[in-house]
Amino acid sequence: MNPVDPAPETAALSRNDYAAIVKLVKPGSKVLDLGCGGGQLLQLLREDKGVLGYGVDLSPDLILDCIGKGLSVFQGNLDEGLRDFEDQSFDYVILNQTLPVVHRPTFVMEEMLRVGRCGIVSFANFAYWRIRLRLLLNGRMPVDEILPNEWYDTPNIHHLTVRDFHVFCRHFGITILDAHYFRRLESGRVHQHMLHPNWFAGFALFVITRNA
Amino acid sequence: MSTSRPPSQSQAPESVGVVTPQLVELFSAEHPLKLEGGETLGPITVQYETYGRLNAQRDNAILACHALSGDAHAAGVHHAGDPAPGWWETMIGPGKAFDTNRYFVICSNILGGCKGTTGSLSTNPRTGKPYGTTFPLVTIHDMVEVQKALIDHLGIPKLLTVTGGSMGGMQALEWAVSFPDRVASVIPIATTHRLSAQSIAFNEVGRQAIFADPHWNCGNYYDGPGPDSGLALARMIGHITYLSEKSMHLKFGRNLRNRDHYAFNFETEFQVESYLHHQGKKFIQRFDANTYLYITKAMDYYDLAGAFPSLRASLKRATAKFMLIAFSSDWLFPPHDLKEIANALRTNGSDVTYMVMQSDYGHDAFLLETEGLTKAIAAFLRCQRPGVRGKEGHPHESR
Repeated sequence: MNPVDPAPETAALSRNDYAAIVKLVKPGSKVLDLGCGGGQLLQLLREDKGVLGYGVDLSPDLILDCIGKGLSVFQGNLDEGLRDFEDQSFDYVILNQTLPVVHRPTFVMEEMLRVGRCGIVSFANFAYWRIRLRLLLNGRMPVDEILPNEWYDTPNIHHLTVRDFHVFCRHFGITILDAHYFRRLESGRVHQHMLHPNWFAGFALFVITRNA
Repeated sequence: MSTSRPPSQSQAPESVGVVTPQLVELFSAEHPLKLEGGETLGPITVQYETYGRLNAQRDNAILACHALSGDAHAAGVHHAGDPAPGWWETMIGPGKAFDTNRYFVICSNILGGCKGTTGSLSTNPRTGKPYGTTFPLVTIHDMVEVQKALIDHLGIPKLLTVTGGSMGGMQALEWAVSFPDRVASVIPIATTHRLSAQSIAFNEVGRQAIFADPHWNCGNYYDGPGPDSGLALARMIGHITYLSEKSMHLKFGRNLRNRDHYAFNFETEFQVESYLHHQGKKFIQRFDANTYLYITKAMDYYDLAGAFPSLRASLKRATAKFMLIAFSSDWLFPPHDLKEIANALRTNGSDVTYMVMQSDYGHDAFLLETEGLTKAIAAFLRCQRPGVRGKEGHPHESR
């Protein structure tokens, strides 16, 4: 389910999203990774932070990759919700590069914050200046390192921007606790503060919670 | 639940080859097994087979548990040219899912079975006659107690994995909660923590078919003809439940046998009819009617939650790593049953993986979906890293 997952395991920690998540997750916490793909992130979290981690993914092949890493993983469709998961039963629920892929983003976000005390959401920022420029100049859906797929075979069906996410959270009563921005997935720094991130962040990662 | 033999691969180079079944006597009149139902039983003879070698660390042993009509013969053949390989020949052998180059695989006939292990067909030492229906009712837990005694006898401190499909999966689950310190992981396949009313209903119709056969004679048929038509009917009913509507339709459709037009009589016309008759006929040659009664009853009684307040509470006893595999078209042991177990385990914080394989084969998929099962099981076992294969392995070897 993970749209930008080129990832051979060795490259794993060099990915900015993985590194940021591994850094912010508290050791020994209980983590649910929605759209866990081949389990690279879960494996890192287990090894580096000793988390009790579970993954959910739809693809049988990716489930097999997780099994091969010794991970605990459930085959399931996120769009059907997390009805088998109890309220507030995880410290963190992660949607890493998965939000643009799901059919029912609002429902999945609601479920995520019902099951998790915190949510971690990361996505490619469609308002990144390079993407804007490409669209402006070429008049075609941008294909680059941030959005690597042609429009007709991208798993992303809900593109969004950093500003869209802020508006979304305000509208649905979600508090943003923390933000991380980075230009690329595989290289460069992770910024906790960035001037005009909606222009300059290729990717954004937010830690969110339900408004009290 | 069924053990329709896989397509003949007995001569395939990756087979374990010729294996010899072994017998061992466990428990005794002085130290009998106390059954869940309150009675005692001892001594108990157990028939088993092993494949591969136990390593020096004794940590590469896998117990494969058979389903309703299975037996200890899980892999290989009993003699050269034997047309019938073991019931899980596709899964157990060199380079297969349960790779006998790496693992020591054990399969024993269950307590109450009719394939070498003590059951209703065995001679009661007190009377010198077959037990028949005087044999005590046994449960899945009792079967597992006997398997555990066998594992003790083989000198294995902790099993790497216990696995099985259907009723074999029930045994795997029971192992995990009954002997948590004796099993590192379990792979229950196409199984449930308790039968639904629908499944009990099918079992009961099978039993009634046997009861209604005049040759059953309250279970005393050992001196004369047995209740063959009753047992065959029970098997035919069972077979319907092992297949899916789709697989049956693909296999037989509405095709007629040996003719193009209806005969307008009650002869066997449709191919599906002749298939069921064939399955029934084959079954009576290799299975015992009373045993069928006992084993279906053991399945009906099985309830993993049992005396515990919840399934979750019962599963708290387990410490093993779980991989639960269901099949999309299995309506006898539907995926949501295994999912319920997976959810309970996850809520407990146990190490559990749950997957649903897409298959049209229905419940029988656990014997037929070799490729999918092999990938999952091989990956699951690889990351458990038992000690390197012992060069000076234990002498329990059956090749």
